[in-house]
Amino acid sequence: MADPALIEKLETIANRLRRHVIKMTHAAGSGHPGGSLSAADMVAALYFHELRVDPRRPDWPDRDRFIMSKGHACPVWYAALAERGYFPVEDLVKLRHVSSHLQGHPDMRKTPGVDMTAGPLGNGLSAGVGMALGARITGRDFRTYVMVGEGDQQEGCTWEAAMMAGFHKLGNLTLLIDYNRSQVDGKSDDILCLDPLADKWRSFNWAVRQIDGHDLGQILDALAWARDVTDAPTAILAHTVKGKGVSFMEDRHEWHGKAPNTGQAIAALAELGEEWQP
Amino acid sequence: MTELASMRKAYGQALVELGKVNPDVVVLSADVSNSDHSYMFEEAFPDRFVNVGIAEQCLVDVAVGLAYSGKIPFANTFAFLFATRALEMVRTHLCYGKANVKLMGAYAGISDSFDGPTHHAITDVAIMRSLPNMTIVIPGDPVALEKLLPQVADWPGPVFFRLNRNEVPVLFDDSYAPRIGEAITLRPGNDVTLIGTGLMVGRCLEAAEALSGEGIDARVLEVHTIKPLDVDSVLGAARETGALVTAEEHSVIGGLGGAVAEAVSDACPVPIKRVGIADEFAETGPYFEILDRYGMSVEHILVAARQAVAARQGR
Repeated sequence: MADPALIEKLETIANRLRRHVIKMTHAAGSGHPGGSLSAADMVAALYFHELRVDPRRPDWPDRDRFIMSKGHACPVWYAALAERGYFPVEDLVKLRHVSSHLQGHPDMRKTPGVDMTAGPLGNGLSAGVGMALGARITGRDFRTYVMVGEGDQQEGCTWEAAMMAGFHKLGNLTLLIDYNRSQVDGKSDDILCLDPLADKWRSFNWAVRQIDGHDLGQILDALAWARDVTDAPTAILAHTVKGKGVSFMEDRHEWHGKAPNTGQAIAALAELGEEWQP
Repeated sequence: MTELASMRKAYGQALVELGKVNPDVVVLSADVSNSDHSYMFEEAFPDRFVNVGIAEQCLVDVAVGLAYSGKIPFANTFAFLFATRALEMVRTHLCYGKANVKLMGAYAGISDSFDGPTHHAITDVAIMRSLPNMTIVIPGDPVALEKLLPQVADWPGPVFFRLNRNEVPVLFDDSYAPRIGEAITLRPGNDVTLIGTGLMVGRCLEAAEALSGEGIDARVLEVHTIKPLDVDSVLGAARETGALVTAEEHSVIGGLGGAVAEAVSDACPVPIKRVGIADEFAETGPYFEILDRYGMSVEHILVAARQAVAARQGR
């Protein structure tokens, strides 16, 4: 079981990341708060506990890799990178502005700490398989983590990569599934249901563990479990809530790709414990 | 009769030689290693070879991941599949993301002639050429392939290397010294320039010889690098000979002919005739016969050259 003090620390950080997401998308006037908020707890656990990274050396060859295949959720990734020290926190409100290094979708050539350009769904896992194979071929011990959403798993390319990772027993590869069951047009259960999702991954020869993706104790335990599995790729199927932490965004697909206006941002931040005025 | 030699065998051998001198080279195949002879690399360096199965989108993205692990991936599948099924990955990660991945486009043009139009690649150059940051190299014979492949490994960023499936006429000897990005004048001439790429270079040389008998002094310019195009050499040919013919194993839309027309229309408009397959699909049949039937014979080049010269004189 994870240390309660660590859990509390990560909960505080996750809350801070959520506040950034609201302010960033508000300042940009566009962006994707829903999927960013659902991923916040896992991203906090990765960047403030699990990943072997060094913000002073974003190109360190032995760093663990993280790929956000659901690239539209980059606000929460950028927030974690800034809080971790890759670039100034002040940059965050420049999201989507001209001349900002924070593009609408992640760009590894522009943003320090971004390990893979992403946006068109379904690419992240294949690239992660390449990185995990690269670690094996070069004899390096870094691990590769890929986060996907529903859309990634509706794309065929993800399953090409799933088959390959299972076949090659890539124990240095971990998939985090941000399973909030919501996508642009509505509920994924209504559009193209992914269930039985855990069975799908198991049938591709992955080790699977299901967790509550907002319970940091469960997240930390699952990440520790994934590290210990060496003979298969691991999938952490995290049941999450889109828009988690902001009552009027929770489980509402309308907040997939819409920025809060000023009143909504004030209300959202109040729920997240921050009195804020633009 | 010119000597014929296998492009596939030359490719397999060149890959092995490259693997010996460059330990960072890894080879990926979407189950085409027996088709394009990359199996020779697998036999020599089994730890640096990955068969991803018949999964071209995965092929490209896995190569991207390997590139960011410090390797130089050479990804192998049929040329038309890179340019169609895996195109989004090529655009996003190779061209936008500048991943250092080399695409080995096998069975290019109509060289897989008997498998028919589903397997011909006659639009791949046009598609790839439209993408920023892409480099496109087409070796003209096995000697060119052997000389250009190591340069592909050293060239920064993505490269589409277009491979012929068949035995082709040997055009060059060891004195041939191509450099990526630089066109080569193979034959001097003042009346018209025949600009060829790939297998069509040999046909341009044959045509130039025939034209000399008609009193037309044709220059032959070999363009093995379609992008970045050697604009200086093309414009020099336009200024000095006043008429151009392009010849390629590709649609007349958007390939070498398109590239030359774009460059020339900007800076030095002269008559240009484009030899290639018209805006249509070909059919199954013997390779050289299909080339001839679909607009890519020596005779087609001759006719185009006469028309280009006449158009210049008529101005």
